[in-house]
Amino acid sequence: MTDTILFDHATVSMALDQMASNIAAADVYLVGIHRGGAKVADALQQRIQADGHHIYRGNLDISFYRDDLDTIGPNPEVRPSELPFDISGKHIWLVDDVLYTGRTIRAAMDELFDYGRPASIRLAVLLDRGGRQLPIRADCHGFEHMAPANCSVDLHISTTNQWHIEQRQVK
Amino acid sequence: MQAMQHLFGIADLEPEQIEYLVNLGHSFIDINRRPLKKAPTLRGKTIINLFFENSTRTRTSFELAGKRLSADVINISASTSATKKGETLLDTGMTLAAMQPHVLVIRHSVAGTCEFLADYLDNTAIVNAGDGAHEHPTQILTDLLTLKQTWGSPKGKVITMVGDIAHSRVARSHLLAAKKLGYQMRVVAPKTLLPAEIERYGCEVYHDFDAALPGSDAVYMLRVQTERLTDNCCFPSIREYHEAYGLNRTRLKAAGEGALVLHPGPMNRGVEIATDVADSVHSHVLAQVEHGVAIRMAVLAALCGGHEQAHDEAARKRRTKRAMEEDAMQSKEGLWP
Repeated sequence: MTDTILFDHATVSMALDQMASNIAAADVYLVGIHRGGAKVADALQQRIQADGHHIYRGNLDISFYRDDLDTIGPNPEVRPSELPFDISGKHIWLVDDVLYTGRTIRAAMDELFDYGRPASIRLAVLLDRGGRQLPIRADCHGFEHMAPANCSVDLHISTTNQWHIEQRQVK
Repeated sequence: MQAMQHLFGIADLEPEQIEYLVNLGHSFIDINRRPLKKAPTLRGKTIINLFFENSTRTRTSFELAGKRLSADVINISASTSATKKGETLLDTGMTLAAMQPHVLVIRHSVAGTCEFLADYLDNTAIVNAGDGAHEHPTQILTDLLTLKQTWGSPKGKVITMVGDIAHSRVARSHLLAAKKLGYQMRVVAPKTLLPAEIERYGCEVYHDFDAALPGSDAVYMLRVQTERLTDNCCFPSIREYHEAYGLNRTRLKAAGEGALVLHPGPMNRGVEIATDVADSVHSHVLAQVEHGVAIRMAVLAALCGGHEQAHDEAARKRRTKRAMEEDAMQSKEGLWP
Protein backbone atom coordinates (compact mmCIF):
# COMPACT_ATOMS: atom_id res chain seq x y z
CA MET A 1 0.00 0.00 0.00
CA THR A 2 1.39 3.32 -0.96
CA ASP A 3 -0.50 6.30 0.39
CA THR A 4 1.21 9.52 -0.54
CA ILE A 5 0.34 13.09 0.25
CA LEU A 6 0.93 14.72 -3.12
CA PHE A 7 0.25 18.32 -2.11
CA ASP A 8 -0.05 19.77 1.39
CA HIS A 9 -2.18 22.64 2.65
CA ALA A 10 0.23 25.45 1.82
CA THR A 11 0.80 24.22 -1.74
CA VAL A 12 -2.93 23.75 -2.36
CA SER A 13 -3.59 27.21 -0.98
CA MET A 14 -1.06 28.76 -3.37
CA ALA A 15 -2.57 26.86 -6.30
CA LEU A 16 -6.03 28.17 -5.40
CA ASP A 17 -4.66 31.73 -5.32
CA GLN A 18 -3.22 31.22 -8.79
CA MET A 19 -6.48 29.74 -10.12
CA ALA A 20 -8.49 32.61 -8.62
CA SER A 21 -6.33 35.18 -10.36
CA ASN A 22 -6.75 33.32 -13.68
CA ILE A 23 -10.54 33.17 -13.34
CA ALA A 24 -11.15 36.69 -11.96
CA ALA A 25 -13.28 38.92 -14.20
CA ALA A 26 -15.99 41.57 -13.76
CA ASP A 27 -18.79 39.01 -13.31
CA VAL A 28 -17.88 35.41 -12.56
CA TYR A 29 -20.36 32.55 -12.74
CA LEU A 30 -18.92 29.68 -10.69
CA VAL A 31 -20.70 26.33 -10.69
CA GLY A 32 -19.20 23.70 -8.39
CA ILE A 33 -19.82 19.97 -8.74
CA HIS A 34 -20.85 18.29 -5.47
CA ARG A 35 -19.09 17.59 -3.26
CA GLY A 36 -15.41 18.33 -3.77
CA GLY A 37 -15.97 20.80 -6.59
CA ALA A 38 -18.37 22.82 -4.45
CA LYS A 39 -15.65 23.16 -1.79
CA VAL A 40 -13.11 24.28 -4.37
CA ALA A 41 -15.64 26.74 -5.82
CA ASP A 42 -16.22 28.14 -2.30
CA ALA A 43 -12.49 28.65 -1.84
CA LEU A 44 -12.18 30.34 -5.23
CA GLN A 45 -15.20 32.52 -4.47
CA GLN A 46 -13.59 33.80 -1.25
CA ARG A 47 -10.39 34.66 -3.06
CA ILE A 48 -12.05 36.32 -6.05
CA GLN A 49 -14.49 38.27 -3.88
CA ALA A 50 -11.58 39.59 -1.82
CA ASP A 51 -10.47 41.35 -5.01
CA GLY A 52 -13.87 43.05 -5.28
CA HIS A 53 -15.35 41.07 -8.16
CA HIS A 54 -18.97 39.98 -8.27
CA ILE A 55 -19.54 36.24 -8.02
CA TYR A 56 -22.61 34.21 -8.95
CA ARG A 57 -22.40 30.80 -7.27
CA GLY A 58 -24.23 27.59 -8.04
CA ASN A 59 -23.74 23.91 -7.34
CA LEU A 60 -24.64 20.84 -9.34
CA ASP A 61 -25.20 17.30 -8.18
CA ILE A 62 -24.70 15.17 -11.24
CA SER A 63 -25.85 11.87 -9.71
CA PHE A 64 -28.96 11.73 -11.90
CA TYR A 65 -26.89 12.30 -15.03
CA ARG A 66 -24.29 9.62 -14.46
CA ASP A 67 -23.94 6.80 -16.99
CA ASP A 68 -23.45 4.09 -14.35
CA LEU A 69 -26.83 3.99 -12.54
CA ASP A 70 -27.20 0.31 -13.43
CA THR A 71 -24.03 -0.66 -11.63
CA ILE A 72 -23.94 1.56 -8.56
CA GLY A 73 -27.54 2.71 -8.04
CA PRO A 74 -28.53 6.21 -7.02
CA ASN A 75 -26.15 8.01 -4.71
CA PRO A 76 -27.60 8.09 -1.19
CA GLU A 77 -26.10 11.50 -0.47
CA VAL A 78 -27.52 13.41 -3.37
CA ARG A 79 -27.89 17.10 -2.69
CA PRO A 80 -30.26 19.25 -4.70
CA SER A 81 -28.62 21.19 -7.48
CA GLU A 82 -28.87 24.92 -6.86
CA LEU A 83 -28.45 27.40 -9.67
CA PRO A 84 -29.87 30.67 -8.33
CA PHE A 85 -29.23 32.56 -11.56
CA ASP A 86 -30.26 32.18 -15.19
CA ILE A 87 -27.34 30.60 -17.01
CA SER A 88 -28.58 31.47 -20.50
CA GLY A 89 -26.04 33.61 -22.37
CA LYS A 90 -23.56 33.52 -19.46
CA HIS A 91 -19.92 32.46 -19.44
CA ILE A 92 -19.91 29.65 -16.92
CA TRP A 93 -16.95 28.26 -15.01
CA LEU A 94 -17.50 24.65 -14.05
CA VAL A 95 -15.41 23.76 -10.98
CA ASP A 96 -14.33 20.31 -9.79
CA ASP A 97 -11.64 19.03 -7.46
CA VAL A 98 -10.01 16.19 -9.42
CA LEU A 99 -10.30 15.69 -13.19
CA TYR A 100 -9.94 12.04 -14.20
CA THR A 101 -11.95 10.23 -16.90
CA GLY A 102 -14.01 13.29 -17.86
CA ARG A 103 -17.31 11.46 -17.40
CA THR A 104 -18.36 13.62 -14.45
CA ILE A 105 -17.73 16.74 -16.52
CA ARG A 106 -19.75 15.37 -19.42
CA ALA A 107 -22.64 14.66 -17.01
CA ALA A 108 -22.31 18.15 -15.51
CA MET A 109 -22.47 19.74 -18.97
CA ASP A 110 -25.58 17.68 -19.77
CA GLU A 111 -27.19 18.94 -16.58
CA LEU A 112 -26.18 22.57 -17.24
CA PHE A 113 -27.87 22.45 -20.63
CA ASP A 114 -31.09 21.35 -18.94
CA TYR A 115 -31.09 24.70 -17.12
CA GLY A 116 -30.50 26.87 -20.18
CA ARG A 117 -28.06 27.68 -22.96
CA PRO A 118 -24.86 29.18 -21.60
CA ALA A 119 -22.69 31.34 -23.89
CA SER A 120 -19.70 29.20 -22.95
CA ILE A 121 -18.60 26.65 -20.39
CA ARG A 122 -15.04 26.54 -19.12
CA LEU A 123 -13.56 24.06 -16.73
CA ALA A 124 -11.44 24.76 -13.66
CA VAL A 125 -10.04 21.85 -11.64
CA LEU A 126 -7.72 21.77 -8.68
CA LEU A 127 -5.89 18.70 -9.96
CA ASP A 128 -5.69 17.07 -13.37
CA ARG A 129 -4.62 13.46 -12.79
CA GLY A 130 -4.65 12.33 -16.44
CA GLY A 131 -6.42 9.16 -17.63
CA ARG A 132 -9.10 10.85 -19.72
CA GLN A 133 -11.67 8.70 -21.51
CA LEU A 134 -13.44 11.59 -23.23
CA PRO A 135 -12.20 14.59 -25.24
CA ILE A 136 -12.34 16.99 -22.29
CA ARG A 137 -9.60 19.23 -20.90
CA ALA A 138 -9.35 21.81 -18.13
CA ASP A 139 -9.07 25.49 -19.04
CA CYS A 140 -7.56 26.23 -15.67
CA HIS A 141 -5.93 23.83 -13.25
CA GLY A 142 -4.01 24.05 -10.01
CA PHE A 143 -1.83 20.98 -10.48
CA GLU A 144 -1.09 18.38 -13.09
CA HIS A 145 -0.09 14.95 -11.84
CA MET A 146 -0.13 11.77 -13.92
CA ALA A 147 -1.45 9.20 -11.45
CA PRO A 148 -1.37 5.47 -12.29
CA ALA A 149 -4.74 3.87 -13.07
CA ASN A 150 -4.65 1.67 -9.95
CA CYS A 151 -4.59 4.70 -7.66
CA SER A 152 -7.32 6.99 -6.39
CA VAL A 153 -6.48 10.65 -5.98
CA ASP A 154 -8.67 12.63 -3.61
CA LEU A 155 -8.93 16.04 -2.07
CA HIS A 156 -9.19 15.80 1.72
CA ILE A 157 -10.44 18.62 3.88
CA SER A 158 -9.96 18.14 7.60
CA THR A 159 -12.33 19.43 10.26
CA THR A 160 -9.85 22.22 10.93
CA ASN A 161 -10.05 23.19 7.24
CA GLN A 162 -6.60 21.83 6.35
CA TRP A 163 -6.58 20.82 2.68
CA HIS A 164 -4.36 18.19 1.15
CA ILE A 165 -4.40 15.95 -1.92
CA GLU A 166 -3.70 12.29 -1.32
CA GLN A 167 -2.87 9.43 -3.66
CA ARG A 168 -3.86 5.97 -2.54
CA GLN A 169 -3.30 2.62 -4.16
CA VAL A 170 -6.65 0.79 -4.47
CA LYS A 171 -5.85 -2.40 -6.39
CA MET B 1 -28.09 -0.72 3.40
CA GLN B 2 -30.01 -3.44 1.64
CA ALA B 3 -30.68 -2.71 -2.04
CA MET B 4 -34.40 -2.72 -2.79
CA GLN B 5 -35.91 -5.08 -5.31
CA HIS B 6 -39.56 -4.22 -4.78
CA LEU B 7 -41.52 -1.68 -2.80
CA PHE B 8 -44.44 -3.49 -1.17
CA GLY B 9 -44.98 -1.39 1.90
CA ILE B 10 -43.53 0.47 4.83
CA ALA B 11 -43.57 -2.80 6.80
CA ASP B 12 -40.72 -4.19 4.65
CA LEU B 13 -38.50 -1.12 4.89
CA GLU B 14 -35.68 -0.52 7.33
CA PRO B 15 -35.65 2.94 8.92
CA GLU B 16 -32.46 3.70 6.93
CA GLN B 17 -34.20 2.75 3.69
CA ILE B 18 -37.09 5.11 4.48
CA GLU B 19 -34.65 7.93 5.18
CA TYR B 20 -32.70 7.11 2.03
CA LEU B 21 -35.82 7.33 -0.16
CA VAL B 22 -36.97 10.55 1.50
CA ASN B 23 -33.53 12.14 1.04
CA LEU B 24 -33.37 10.96 -2.55
CA GLY B 25 -36.84 12.43 -3.12
CA HIS B 26 -35.65 15.71 -1.67
CA SER B 27 -32.96 15.98 -4.29
CA PHE B 28 -35.47 15.30 -7.07
CA ILE B 29 -37.74 18.23 -6.09
CA ASP B 30 -35.46 20.57 -7.96
CA ILE B 31 -35.85 18.82 -11.34
CA ASN B 32 -39.62 19.39 -11.16
CA ARG B 33 -39.12 23.13 -10.69
CA ARG B 34 -36.75 23.69 -13.58
CA PRO B 35 -37.89 25.13 -16.89
CA LEU B 36 -36.69 21.93 -18.57
CA LYS B 37 -38.12 19.13 -16.44
CA LYS B 38 -36.12 16.18 -17.67
CA ALA B 39 -33.11 14.22 -16.48
CA PRO B 40 -31.66 11.18 -18.24
CA THR B 41 -31.49 8.95 -15.11
CA LEU B 42 -33.89 6.24 -16.31
CA ARG B 43 -33.25 6.39 -20.02
CA GLY B 44 -34.05 3.05 -21.64
CA LYS B 45 -36.17 1.81 -18.72
CA THR B 46 -39.79 0.78 -19.19
CA ILE B 47 -42.39 1.39 -16.52
CA ILE B 48 -45.95 0.05 -16.64
CA ASN B 49 -48.62 1.59 -14.43
CA LEU B 50 -51.27 -1.05 -13.84
CA PHE B 51 -54.23 0.49 -12.04
CA PHE B 52 -57.22 -1.64 -11.08
CA GLU B 53 -58.67 1.16 -8.96
CA ASN B 54 -59.49 4.68 -10.06
CA SER B 55 -56.76 7.16 -9.42
CA THR B 56 -55.85 10.52 -10.85
CA ARG B 57 -53.09 11.90 -8.71
CA THR B 58 -51.16 8.76 -7.92
CA ARG B 59 -51.20 7.58 -11.52
CA THR B 60 -50.32 11.01 -12.92
CA SER B 61 -47.63 11.32 -10.29
CA PHE B 62 -46.01 7.99 -11.22
CA GLU B 63 -46.35 8.79 -14.90
CA LEU B 64 -44.71 12.21 -14.55
CA ALA B 65 -42.00 10.80 -12.31
CA GLY B 66 -41.07 8.19 -14.90
CA LYS B 67 -41.29 10.55 -17.85
CA ARG B 68 -39.26 13.29 -16.20
CA LEU B 69 -36.50 10.76 -15.62
CA SER B 70 -36.67 9.77 -19.32
CA ALA B 71 -38.23 6.33 -18.81
CA ASP B 72 -40.90 5.02 -21.17
CA VAL B 73 -44.18 4.91 -19.25
CA ILE B 74 -47.32 3.02 -20.18
CA ASN B 75 -50.61 3.33 -18.31
CA ILE B 76 -53.13 0.54 -18.10
CA SER B 77 -56.37 0.94 -16.21
CA ALA B 78 -58.75 -1.86 -15.35
CA SER B 79 -61.52 -0.49 -17.56
CA THR B 80 -59.36 -0.82 -20.69
CA SER B 81 -57.49 -3.97 -19.75
CA ALA B 82 -58.06 -7.57 -20.66
CA THR B 83 -59.38 -8.07 -17.11
CA LYS B 84 -62.68 -6.91 -18.58
CA LYS B 85 -62.52 -9.84 -20.95
CA GLY B 86 -62.09 -12.27 -18.09
CA GLU B 87 -58.31 -12.53 -17.78
CA THR B 88 -57.05 -13.30 -14.28
CA LEU B 89 -54.80 -10.94 -12.37
CA LEU B 90 -51.95 -13.43 -12.59
CA ASP B 91 -52.28 -13.81 -16.35
CA THR B 92 -52.37 -10.03 -16.80
CA GLY B 93 -49.27 -9.74 -14.64
CA MET B 94 -47.38 -12.48 -16.44
CA THR B 95 -48.37 -11.13 -19.86
CA LEU B 96 -47.08 -7.69 -19.02
CA ALA B 97 -43.92 -9.09 -17.42
CA ALA B 98 -43.24 -11.06 -20.62
CA MET B 99 -42.88 -7.71 -22.38
CA GLN B 100 -39.85 -7.11 -20.15
CA PRO B 101 -40.65 -3.91 -18.29
CA HIS B 102 -38.27 -2.89 -15.51
CA VAL B 103 -40.95 -1.72 -13.12
CA LEU B 104 -44.60 -2.59 -12.66
CA VAL B 105 -46.56 -0.08 -10.58
CA ILE B 106 -49.72 -1.68 -9.26
CA ARG B 107 -52.84 -0.43 -7.56
CA HIS B 108 -55.47 -2.98 -6.64
CA SER B 109 -58.38 -3.16 -4.23
CA VAL B 110 -57.12 -6.41 -2.69
CA ALA B 111 -54.37 -6.39 -0.08
CA GLY B 112 -51.24 -8.33 -0.93
CA THR B 113 -51.65 -8.10 -4.73
CA CYS B 114 -48.07 -6.93 -5.22
CA GLU B 115 -46.51 -9.65 -3.06
CA PHE B 116 -48.67 -12.23 -4.83
CA LEU B 117 -47.50 -11.15 -8.29
CA ALA B 118 -43.88 -10.79 -7.21
CA ASP B 119 -43.82 -14.50 -6.44
CA TYR B 120 -44.44 -15.27 -10.09
CA LEU B 121 -42.72 -12.44 -11.97
CA ASP B 122 -38.95 -12.53 -12.18
CA ASN B 123 -36.81 -9.58 -13.20
CA THR B 124 -39.62 -7.09 -12.73
CA ALA B 125 -39.54 -4.66 -9.84
CA ILE B 126 -42.98 -4.14 -8.35
CA VAL B 127 -44.16 -0.95 -6.67
CA ASN B 128 -47.25 -0.92 -4.53
CA ALA B 129 -49.35 2.14 -5.40
CA GLY B 130 -52.04 1.15 -2.91
CA ASP B 131 -53.49 -2.30 -2.22
CA GLY B 132 -56.84 -2.46 -0.46
CA ALA B 133 -56.67 -1.29 3.14
CA HIS B 134 -53.15 -2.69 3.40
CA GLU B 135 -50.38 -0.22 2.45
CA HIS B 136 -49.68 2.85 0.35
CA PRO B 137 -45.94 3.37 0.87
CA THR B 138 -45.28 6.17 -1.63
CA GLN B 139 -47.93 8.35 0.05
CA ILE B 140 -46.20 7.99 3.42
CA LEU B 141 -42.79 8.75 1.92
CA THR B 142 -44.37 11.82 0.31
CA ASP B 143 -45.77 12.97 3.67
CA LEU B 144 -42.41 12.39 5.35
CA LEU B 145 -40.71 14.52 2.69
CA THR B 146 -43.29 17.29 3.23
CA LEU B 147 -42.79 17.13 7.00
CA LYS B 148 -39.02 17.07 6.57
CA GLN B 149 -39.20 20.47 4.87
CA THR B 150 -40.69 22.01 8.01
CA TRP B 151 -39.44 19.81 10.80
CA GLY B 152 -36.16 18.36 9.65
CA SER B 153 -36.75 15.08 11.44
CA PRO B 154 -40.17 13.68 12.43
CA LYS B 155 -38.69 12.17 15.61
CA GLY B 156 -40.77 13.00 18.68
CA LYS B 157 -43.46 14.87 16.73
CA VAL B 158 -47.16 14.19 17.15
CA ILE B 159 -49.37 13.60 14.12
CA THR B 160 -53.09 13.52 14.73
CA MET B 161 -54.90 11.54 12.06
CA VAL B 162 -58.62 11.96 11.73
CA GLY B 163 -61.25 10.11 9.76
CA ASP B 164 -61.91 6.73 8.28
CA ILE B 165 -58.97 4.89 9.85
CA ALA B 166 -60.50 1.46 9.28
CA HIS B 167 -60.54 1.64 5.48
CA SER B 168 -57.38 3.69 5.14
CA ARG B 169 -54.16 2.18 3.83
CA VAL B 170 -52.55 5.58 4.41
CA ALA B 171 -53.39 5.33 8.11
CA ARG B 172 -52.00 1.83 8.39
CA SER B 173 -48.76 2.67 6.59
CA HIS B 174 -48.31 5.77 8.75
CA LEU B 175 -48.76 3.77 11.95
CA LEU B 176 -46.03 1.40 10.78
CA ALA B 177 -43.73 4.27 9.78
CA ALA B 178 -44.31 6.04 13.11
CA LYS B 179 -42.94 3.05 15.01
CA LYS B 180 -39.88 2.85 12.77
CA LEU B 181 -39.05 6.55 12.77
CA GLY B 182 -40.10 7.45 16.29
CA TYR B 183 -43.01 9.83 15.87
CA GLN B 184 -46.28 9.57 17.74
CA MET B 185 -49.61 8.96 16.03
CA ARG B 186 -52.96 9.92 17.48
CA VAL B 187 -55.93 8.47 15.68
CA VAL B 188 -59.30 10.16 15.96
CA ALA B 189 -62.51 8.60 14.71
CA PRO B 190 -65.89 7.38 15.84
CA LYS B 191 -65.74 3.74 16.91
CA THR B 192 -67.46 2.70 13.70
CA LEU B 193 -64.47 3.94 11.68
CA LEU B 194 -61.75 2.37 13.83
CA PRO B 195 -60.51 -1.18 13.40
CA ALA B 196 -60.48 -3.47 16.41
CA GLU B 197 -57.39 -3.47 18.63
CA ILE B 198 -55.80 -0.50 16.90
CA GLU B 199 -53.84 0.18 20.11
CA ARG B 200 -51.53 -2.63 19.04
CA TYR B 201 -49.90 -0.20 16.64
CA GLY B 202 -48.73 1.92 19.56
CA CYS B 203 -50.95 4.90 18.81
CA GLU B 204 -53.13 6.99 21.06
CA VAL B 205 -56.84 6.54 20.34
CA TYR B 206 -59.39 9.34 20.66
CA HIS B 207 -63.06 9.54 19.87
CA ASP B 208 -63.22 13.25 20.67
CA PHE B 209 -61.39 15.40 18.10
CA ASP B 210 -61.11 18.42 20.43
CA ALA B 211 -59.37 16.37 23.13
CA ALA B 212 -56.74 15.16 20.65
CA LEU B 213 -55.81 18.59 19.29
CA PRO B 214 -53.62 20.19 21.99
CA GLY B 215 -49.99 19.26 21.41
CA SER B 216 -50.47 18.11 17.82
CA ASP B 217 -47.67 19.11 15.48
CA ALA B 218 -49.65 18.11 12.41
CA VAL B 219 -53.28 17.33 11.73
CA TYR B 220 -53.74 14.73 9.04
CA MET B 221 -57.26 14.60 7.63
CA LEU B 222 -58.43 11.50 5.79
CA ARG B 223 -61.07 11.58 3.11
CA VAL B 224 -64.48 10.34 4.12
CA GLN B 225 -65.05 7.67 1.54
CA THR B 226 -68.70 8.60 1.12
CA GLU B 227 -69.16 6.08 -1.67
CA ARG B 228 -68.40 3.29 0.78
CA LEU B 229 -70.03 4.62 3.90
CA THR B 230 -73.50 6.04 3.32
CA ASP B 231 -75.28 2.70 3.39
CA ASN B 232 -73.03 1.31 6.12
CA CYS B 233 -74.39 3.57 8.86
CA CYS B 234 -70.92 4.44 10.19
CA PHE B 235 -72.15 7.91 11.10
CA PRO B 236 -75.58 9.52 10.93
CA SER B 237 -74.97 12.30 8.39
CA ILE B 238 -72.27 14.24 6.61
CA ARG B 239 -73.26 17.38 8.54
CA GLU B 240 -72.96 15.66 11.86
CA TYR B 241 -69.60 14.19 10.85
CA HIS B 242 -68.34 17.64 9.93
CA GLU B 243 -69.47 19.01 13.27
CA ALA B 244 -67.71 16.28 15.24
CA TYR B 245 -64.68 15.37 13.08
CA GLY B 246 -64.27 18.13 10.49
CA LEU B 247 -61.25 20.42 10.71
CA ASN B 248 -62.34 24.05 10.98
CA ARG B 249 -60.57 27.25 11.96
CA THR B 250 -61.40 26.95 15.67
CA ARG B 251 -59.98 23.46 15.86
CA LEU B 252 -56.91 24.46 13.90
CA LYS B 253 -56.27 27.22 16.48
CA ALA B 254 -56.60 24.69 19.29
CA ALA B 255 -53.88 22.59 17.69
CA GLY B 256 -51.45 25.48 17.96
CA GLU B 257 -49.84 28.12 15.78
CA GLY B 258 -47.31 25.94 13.99
CA ALA B 259 -49.57 22.96 13.28
CA LEU B 260 -49.45 21.66 9.72
CA VAL B 261 -52.53 20.45 7.89
CA LEU B 262 -52.09 17.42 5.66
CA HIS B 263 -54.50 15.50 3.46
CA PRO B 264 -53.72 12.72 1.00
CA GLY B 265 -56.44 13.96 -1.35
CA PRO B 266 -58.88 14.17 -2.92
CA MET B 267 -60.39 16.58 -0.37
CA ASN B 268 -64.10 16.75 0.37
CA ARG B 269 -64.49 20.38 1.32
CA GLY B 270 -67.14 20.87 3.97
CA VAL B 271 -66.95 17.21 5.04
CA GLU B 272 -63.62 16.42 6.71
CA ILE B 273 -62.07 19.81 6.10
CA ALA B 274 -63.54 23.33 5.98
CA THR B 275 -62.74 25.36 2.89
CA ASP B 276 -60.94 28.18 4.70
CA VAL B 277 -58.65 25.67 6.45
CA ALA B 278 -57.93 23.85 3.20
CA ASP B 279 -56.80 27.15 1.66
CA SER B 280 -54.96 28.48 4.73
CA VAL B 281 -51.20 28.88 5.06
CA HIS B 282 -51.20 25.88 7.41
CA SER B 283 -52.33 23.62 4.62
CA HIS B 284 -49.53 21.63 2.99
CA VAL B 285 -51.84 19.69 0.72
CA LEU B 286 -50.41 21.03 -2.53
CA ALA B 287 -46.86 20.60 -1.25
CA GLN B 288 -47.75 16.96 -0.68
CA VAL B 289 -48.82 16.65 -4.29
CA GLU B 290 -45.62 18.28 -5.52
CA HIS B 291 -43.43 16.10 -3.33
CA GLY B 292 -45.35 13.04 -4.50
CA VAL B 293 -43.76 13.33 -7.93
CA ALA B 294 -40.27 13.70 -6.42
CA ILE B 295 -40.75 10.69 -4.14
CA ARG B 296 -41.97 8.51 -6.98
CA MET B 297 -38.92 9.55 -8.99
CA ALA B 298 -36.78 8.45 -6.05
CA VAL B 299 -38.57 5.11 -5.75
CA LEU B 300 -38.26 4.38 -9.47
CA ALA B 301 -34.59 5.37 -9.52
CA ALA B 302 -33.84 3.27 -6.44
CA LEU B 303 -35.52 0.20 -7.94
CA CYS B 304 -33.92 0.59 -11.37
CA GLY B 305 -30.41 1.26 -10.11
CA GLY B 306 -27.77 -0.83 -8.43
CA HIS B 307 -28.98 -4.13 -9.85
CA GLU B 308 -25.56 -5.59 -10.34
CA GLN B 309 -25.29 -5.94 -6.60
CA ALA B 310 -26.26 -9.41 -5.51
CA HIS B 311 -29.73 -9.57 -4.02
CA ASP B 312 -30.00 -11.45 -0.82
CA GLU B 313 -33.31 -13.25 -1.16
CA ALA B 314 -33.50 -14.18 2.49
CA ALA B 315 -33.14 -10.58 3.58
CA ARG B 316 -36.38 -9.67 1.85
CA LYS B 317 -38.23 -11.05 4.84
CA ARG B 318 -41.14 -12.24 2.77
CA ARG B 319 -44.19 -13.70 4.40
CA THR B 320 -45.67 -16.92 3.15
CA LYS B 321 -48.36 -16.86 0.50
CA ARG B 322 -50.77 -18.41 2.95
CA ALA B 323 -50.31 -15.57 5.44
CA MET B 324 -50.83 -13.02 2.72
CA GLU B 325 -53.98 -14.71 1.49
CA GLU B 326 -55.35 -14.54 5.00
CA ASP B 327 -54.44 -10.87 5.16
CA ALA B 328 -56.19 -10.28 1.88
CA MET B 329 -59.35 -12.00 3.08
CA GLN B 330 -59.38 -9.98 6.27
CA SER B 331 -58.81 -6.76 4.43
CA LYS B 332 -61.83 -7.46 2.24
CA GLU B 333 -63.87 -7.63 5.39
CA GLY B 334 -62.48 -4.31 6.55
CA LEU B 335 -60.24 -5.89 9.16
CA TRP B 336 -56.52 -5.53 9.50
CA PRO B 337 -53.96 -8.25 9.75
